[in-house]
Amino acid sequence: MKRIGRALYLILAFVLLYLPIVYLAYFSFSSGKDMVRFQHFSWVHYQVLWSDKELLAIFLQTIILAILSSLIATAIGTCGAWGIFRLRGYRRKTMLVLNNVLMVAPDVIIGASFLICFTALGIGLGFFSVLLSHIAFSIPIVVLMVLPRLQDLDLTLIDAAQDLGAGRGVIFNQIVLPEIMPGILSGLFMALTYSLDDFAVTFFVTGNGFKTLSVEIYSRARQGINLEINALSTVMLLVVMLLAGGYLFLTRQHELALGARS
Amino acid sequence: MRSKSSFFIIPYVLWLLLFVVMPMILLAVNAFTNGQGQVSLVNLRAFLTNGACLKMMVNSFWYAVLITGLTLLISYPLALVIAHCRHQRVWLLLVILPTWINLLLKTYAFIGLLGQHGLINQALQLIGLAPRQLLFTKTAFVIVAAYIEIPFMVLPIYNSLHALDQQIIAAARDLGASSWQTFWRVVWPLTLPGVRAGVQAVFIPSLSLFMITRLIGGNKVITLGTAIEEYFLTTMNWHMGSMIGVILIVIMVLVLLATSGKEQNK
Repeated sequence: MKRIGRALYLILAFVLLYLPIVYLAYFSFSSGKDMVRFQHFSWVHYQVLWSDKELLAIFLQTIILAILSSLIATAIGTCGAWGIFRLRGYRRKTMLVLNNVLMVAPDVIIGASFLICFTALGIGLGFFSVLLSHIAFSIPIVVLMVLPRLQDLDLTLIDAAQDLGAGRGVIFNQIVLPEIMPGILSGLFMALTYSLDDFAVTFFVTGNGFKTLSVEIYSRARQGINLEINALSTVMLLVVMLLAGGYLFLTRQHELALGARS
Repeated sequence: MRSKSSFFIIPYVLWLLLFVVMPMILLAVNAFTNGQGQVSLVNLRAFLTNGACLKMMVNSFWYAVLITGLTLLISYPLALVIAHCRHQRVWLLLVILPTWINLLLKTYAFIGLLGQHGLINQALQLIGLAPRQLLFTKTAFVIVAAYIEIPFMVLPIYNSLHALDQQIIAAARDLGASSWQTFWRVVWPLTLPGVRAGVQAVFIPSLSLFMITRLIGGNKVITLGTAIEEYFLTTMNWHMGSMIGVILIVIMVLVLLATSGKEQNK
């Protein structure tokens, strides 16, 4: 009896979790114009999407923005984690607290304060301000992903390398980097999803010239249902599933490698 | 030796200064100055003496409580069920997966689901209820926000359930506790840290939601986040917007203190 109850709850919860997503994808194949009745199967909304050059350009911009910002944030964040790792005592604590400010701050606050910041610095609103913001809010998560890996690092390895005459660069590239790579990859992946998923911060710091997908979907959704968005979301769903699959595959590989070693 | 390697972290320190310290200071400066750039409490006074503002703040707080409560109500049993399942990792992954889908798209889906002839109304008709206005209501806002937040509540609760020593439960049962007593006296208190972490992860974003209020709440719901967005981007009164931002931060810190302070007693 108890088992059945549990299974039922599990099924119900997952139906609810996935209902909106499946609902969106389902109607993207309807030839109709609304999400009320499925007319008959057609690719028409995908054709509209494919010929919508404006939306495709925005899609491309969003991807480029995500890749650029996550790569830069990963580089800066990894260096930052290395810096924090070498600090001790209250300095380390202060750095960590400051690092985590953007993790806990609501995105409306981040957006608003960045907007003030850019205006104060005289940076115009557009692609550049959005890129800077995305880099900025992705850095702390990279640090948080890389730092534990650094702490697991076997310091005797570094001592040994130093004894054998390895320079700083060699030590970092040959010993530290391979060990913390999984952390860096997780950080990169998180930064990518942060950038792709962000709406609020971008909404504040983007001018009229530059749009990301989130901002564009927002302005279209305010005008009501448009099944072209459904088609777009189905495409994005596939992209996300591929990304997630790739990420799982990578971490799985690493776990297997670790397992083989020990 | 130290100075040689520290050029490494120059970009990071620069980031800390430009995007963490400076925005915080500028937000505070904006909140406590008037349009002429003089230091003043005019924004704070305006906020505290304006009935509409105060009501908005209380409402925003209340909505966040409702959203957090509803999320907890759904998530705790879900985490409990998953913790008893065979393929826990798969189920967990399935909980996390929706968070990787763009927030806007999930919200957009609800415009269709809750519409006048949407799926929910069709289901209501099936059980003999008349279709009703669901979209652009306060209830819809709470439901959609809770839907979005569920994974962030399930994860910390699951983690604390997973870390639970099964022998303690066995001991409770041995000593004659009913399953309800075992839950209420043993499992629940021991998983409270997870619940607190979940509440923190849900409550604070709920205070500052502004996109869902527009798309689903139809401007009927004004949260602190919506107010900030309005002051910054519509009425362009950055001083007042910053003041509400500061108030939001204060509430946030209070909530964090209230939900984590008790832990030290144990």
